[in-house]
Amino acid sequence: MTAVQSRKLIVLAAIWAVLLFAPYWMAPLGGYTALATRVLVLGLAAMSLNFLLGFTGVLSFGHAAYFGLGAYGAGLSLKYLAASTPLAVLCGVLLGGICGAILGTLIVRRRGVYFAMVTIAFGQVFYYIAFQWSSLTGGDDGLRGFSRAPIDLGFLKLDILSNANVFYYFVLFCFALAVGAMGFILRSPFGRTMIAIRENERRSRFLGIPIERHIWIAFSLSCFFMGFAGALYALVNNFADPRGLHYSQSGDFVMMAVMGGMRSFWGPLLGAFIFVVLQDYLSSITVNWMSFVGLLFVLVVLFFPRGLLGFFQRSKA
Amino acid sequence: MMTLLLLFNITNGLIVGAFYVLMALGLSLILNLSNVINFAHGGFLVIGGYIAYALSPYVGFWGALLLAPPLTAIIGLAVERVLIRPLYGRDPLYSLLLTFGLAFMIEDGTRFIFGPQGKPFVIPPFLAQPLSNEMFFITGYRLFMVAVVIIAIALLFLLLRYTRLGIRIRAGTLDLETVAALGINVGMLRSLNFAVGIFLAGLAGVLAAGQLGLEPTMGTGLLMPSFIAIIVGGIGSLPGTLVGGLLIGVASGVTAVFFPAASEAVIYVMMAIILLTRPRGLFGEEGMLS
Repeated sequence: MTAVQSRKLIVLAAIWAVLLFAPYWMAPLGGYTALATRVLVLGLAAMSLNFLLGFTGVLSFGHAAYFGLGAYGAGLSLKYLAASTPLAVLCGVLLGGICGAILGTLIVRRRGVYFAMVTIAFGQVFYYIAFQWSSLTGGDDGLRGFSRAPIDLGFLKLDILSNANVFYYFVLFCFALAVGAMGFILRSPFGRTMIAIRENERRSRFLGIPIERHIWIAFSLSCFFMGFAGALYALVNNFADPRGLHYSQSGDFVMMAVMGGMRSFWGPLLGAFIFVVLQDYLSSITVNWMSFVGLLFVLVVLFFPRGLLGFFQRSKA
Repeated sequence: MMTLLLLFNITNGLIVGAFYVLMALGLSLILNLSNVINFAHGGFLVIGGYIAYALSPYVGFWGALLLAPPLTAIIGLAVERVLIRPLYGRDPLYSLLLTFGLAFMIEDGTRFIFGPQGKPFVIPPFLAQPLSNEMFFITGYRLFMVAVVIIAIALLFLLLRYTRLGIRIRAGTLDLETVAALGINVGMLRSLNFAVGIFLAGLAGVLAAGQLGLEPTMGTGLLMPSFIAIIVGGIGSLPGTLVGGLLIGVASGVTAVFFPAASEAVIYVMMAIILLTRPRGLFGEEGMLS
């Protein structure tokens, strides 16, 4: 084992240790378990977006739509189908992923700013649907009247509804599954091809790689992960909000990825942590928190364009 | 009665479409030359409206109409110089994020300064009158607005067609590198182009203030339809943006007659259909920014 490999293993072990013990170290530092759960879910969303943005090099600015669809999928399933948490998560993943895959066929033909604009515009379609179809979605008030159901494994009953710590570990388990899948895909030949497209699209095309199909697959996969995160978010809040589909939410996700470092796998999680904690803190002390969040966007773009992890990696090199 | 209703909504659609066009032309100018998606464009519209509101007690409606757009353009110029210029060489992601944050700051800043409540913007009484009882919806102000928009667009196209600046902007849209190699100051060109785009947003802000009153969020609602106007018309084509804006305005107006809930959704459906059948938009050209 080389020094680089063992250092990577140590970092990985440290990340998982921090996540495993989050309920125990967040509380003494003035946080609370629900905040840790939110960081985890939004971090998963930012990592799903970064799967596309950082590793395929394609900017989607409408990814909140698939996040929100995941949330509505889970919420509607809990409310109208059955009080089953796994079924709800499955419905959320499928709704977000399938809608993304279908729209993806329209979107992938474009590149660069055009791609970004088309993704924003299509993302807004779902926002308007959730907003207008109030008989089903609750409209502007959001979807209420459902709650996550305890999970019965036969030999063990997980009370994820009332015990915040158990719920955190349930979310962490889901998070680990999704992140593991993402890591596995990125290490596969397909993942390597995605990075090749990011680095030099023209050259990849000359090598005979079907670019459009690869970007479409990456886009769809990223939407499935996004739907997963969205479904978990509905479980966190017992509520689905049309603003979760809005393009300003997409902007927040892109910001988390950029702020943490979009060229690194774990960067978006760090970005989500900073973003969520900062927003939580700012909105508790001032009504003008929007200005500060906006200022944060401007400052990060001007001074930390590589994100925090990118900044540290470069200053080390 | 039905025809009157239809006429009413088509008129409404054209007027709304005129706003979309003003916004979208500015966005399009900036996008074509500098590859920047200006998310703060709606914010500049708000700035234009509130400048007019703040000035109107001193200079009246006409003075505000004349002064607010150039003042907004000057603010835009400063923003471009300080914040956006460092990002030109980078991935368009960064200018998008920056203007996105800027939009937050502008919206929240106006709320902080002027308060969250809407403000009325007084227009001259003779413009507020309906022209006839039958056509109650055609007020003088609405006709006046459309006339101003038509004049502004005509001037813009004349500027682009006949002046040195306009010719350089069009040339830069096609091939910025060659324009730079011919010794033209590209930085200056981009700044002036940005200012022209923001001028249009400021003008839209003043006009919208007279029609709808002022609110800190008034720009946000116009931003998305303007994007769609650009996509429908075809990126890289200003006449396309013009047609796209009017088209989606009228389409949502007509839909409002038959199926009000879908008046917002119909423009997205239109976009999807156009992207399916003509991926480059109605007037888009091959190779433009794609």
